[in-house]
Amino acid sequence: MITLDSASESPLPRRARRASIRPRLISTIIGFGTLAVVTCVLAPLVGSTSISLTRAFDPSIPFDQNVDAQIFFVARLPRVLAGALVGSSLAAAGVVFQAMLRNPLATPFTLGVSAGASLGAMLVIIFGGAFALGPLSAVPAASLAGAAAATAVVYWLASRHGHAISTSVLLLAGVTLNSFLSALIMFVQYLADFAQVYRAARWIMGDLDIGSYDTLLASLPLVIVAFVLFALLPSSLNLLSVGRDAAAARGVDVPRAQRLAFFSASLATAAAVSLAGPIGFVGIVVPHLVRLLVGVDHRIVLPASALFGAAFLVACDLLARTILSPVEIPVGIVTAMIGGPFFLWLLVRKS
Amino acid sequence: MAARTQKLIALVALAFIVFALGDARAQEKGPASAPRRIVSLVPAITEMLFAVGAGSQVVAVSSFDEFPPEVKALPKVGALIDPDTERILALRPDLVIVYGSQTDLEKQLGRSGHRTFSYRHGGIPTTLNTIRDIGVATGHRAEADKLVSSLQARLDAVRDRIKGRPQPRTMLVFERLPRTLREVYASGGVGFLNEMLTIAGGRNVFADVSRESVQPSIETMLARAPEVILEVSAAGLIEQTSSPEPDAWSALSSVPAVRGHRVHLLTGDYLVVPGPRLAAATEAFARALHPDAFK
Repeated sequence: MITLDSASESPLPRRARRASIRPRLISTIIGFGTLAVVTCVLAPLVGSTSISLTRAFDPSIPFDQNVDAQIFFVARLPRVLAGALVGSSLAAAGVVFQAMLRNPLATPFTLGVSAGASLGAMLVIIFGGAFALGPLSAVPAASLAGAAAATAVVYWLASRHGHAISTSVLLLAGVTLNSFLSALIMFVQYLADFAQVYRAARWIMGDLDIGSYDTLLASLPLVIVAFVLFALLPSSLNLLSVGRDAAAARGVDVPRAQRLAFFSASLATAAAVSLAGPIGFVGIVVPHLVRLLVGVDHRIVLPASALFGAAFLVACDLLARTILSPVEIPVGIVTAMIGGPFFLWLLVRKS
Repeated sequence: MAARTQKLIALVALAFIVFALGDARAQEKGPASAPRRIVSLVPAITEMLFAVGAGSQVVAVSSFDEFPPEVKALPKVGALIDPDTERILALRPDLVIVYGSQTDLEKQLGRSGHRTFSYRHGGIPTTLNTIRDIGVATGHRAEADKLVSSLQARLDAVRDRIKGRPQPRTMLVFERLPRTLREVYASGGVGFLNEMLTIAGGRNVFADVSRESVQPSIETMLARAPEVILEVSAAGLIEQTSSPEPDAWSALSSVPAVRGHRVHLLTGDYLVVPGPRLAAATEAFARALHPDAFK
């Protein structure tokens, strides 16, 4: 186990601090975990059609004749799981970016990762190409490649001078790359015909109706790696969010912690965007909501945000697929329309 | 590609030119004689112009025009969102065909004394009426009337062929991301696609949705359980993956169309243009829906 803040502290206070955080951590995880689990269990039971659960789980009916089972296992379950995966990835990535950049307005999409992913997806949607990379179909594969390229460019720009990442260069480079890539996206869309432009625009709104477990399984390893890296971060994030010098003075290997934070959050964002498109708002509203509820300690905020992000996105998607059925609302619209006012209400009430 | 970049540059230039044009105050309704220099910004109308015999009067078309083959030799002057006003004016047209939403362009052309013909997509009756109007406006009334009667006769022939046969519950899909079931767009209960499907003897599973298109989720497709899936593609993406049974659909094995191998893929731009080829499209739909009736 690597603890990035261990060097400068004596064992006794550290143990004391650990002890004081544990009950709160456990109660928070139980609270938010229950919320996430309950949401994920209830969500597949509800939908635009009413299905019979006894029929859905009746093994005596052949699967290809069992509409209820297909609606449950082919339509709803992959969708709920994708929502949980994407929601927790975006929320956790949001926490990490906000702490690392010391900027409350940072989102998983601030540094150009999602714009890179979107450009990759646009190129495939508009110029065609029906290739597949293993379980990944063309659009997710291309968006992962775009995200990786954007991440590499931003990192190269920000780490050119010296071995530490400059937060301000990172932020400026990321924001600029974002605008540049957005311009490229518009240019690519301008070259396309109507149907393709519409399809591309629809992709940008986000969609969790993935309809197969293959895409889910393809993203899962990336998300797992990102979350393993996230587990190493919280203590150094606490110090980094105070300031680089403060963190360094307390023994944090700042360049290493920054790299870890940058790449893990970028990886989680890339996986989420390639799976469901750039679903907005989750990455900014969930971390702030959670901070309003549990305070600022990243050892609690990070896991709580991941759990709450899953519950939030699954719930928003449930609304997206039911309120106007058979017509669906893109989930990105719902996250913003629900998340925005709710967040403002909490903000006003708290202050 | 170079032409597209040119369009972009021209668009920037346009902003300056438009203001310089000023108010020409030539507000008369245009010449009563037949137009000899027509610019069409609507592909469906271009097809109508050529079909009624006004093809030789067309001097430029939109950047999306591909049919009939003669249009390939004509200059392209932008389209719905990016009409190249400068080039249109430079061609000295005496009739410009615009889409109903291009009101700014229509005003500009009106100010500079150009006659316009405004059009919006509708159902089959709209298409047939528009063919007649185009005939009148271009001096080909007789040909247009003849074309409309022959189209009506062909549609009636389809109706007769399938009369009395059971009408399968059909989902008419016109967009889909290749190899997946994502971003599926199907015809709702309104519009020319729905009308063609109905004449061809299919019952639209989304007949209750009073919109031209529906984006059904996988759950909705499973629940609506169509007996036939008719997938039409103008060209392009879906076509590239086409196997006799598009593989992505096999995930929905409880859908009768999938189980019964009745997922039909039809390709060709004539299938999705509300113009003079709609009878051919309706016939293609009917053949796929009722193969026995055409033996």
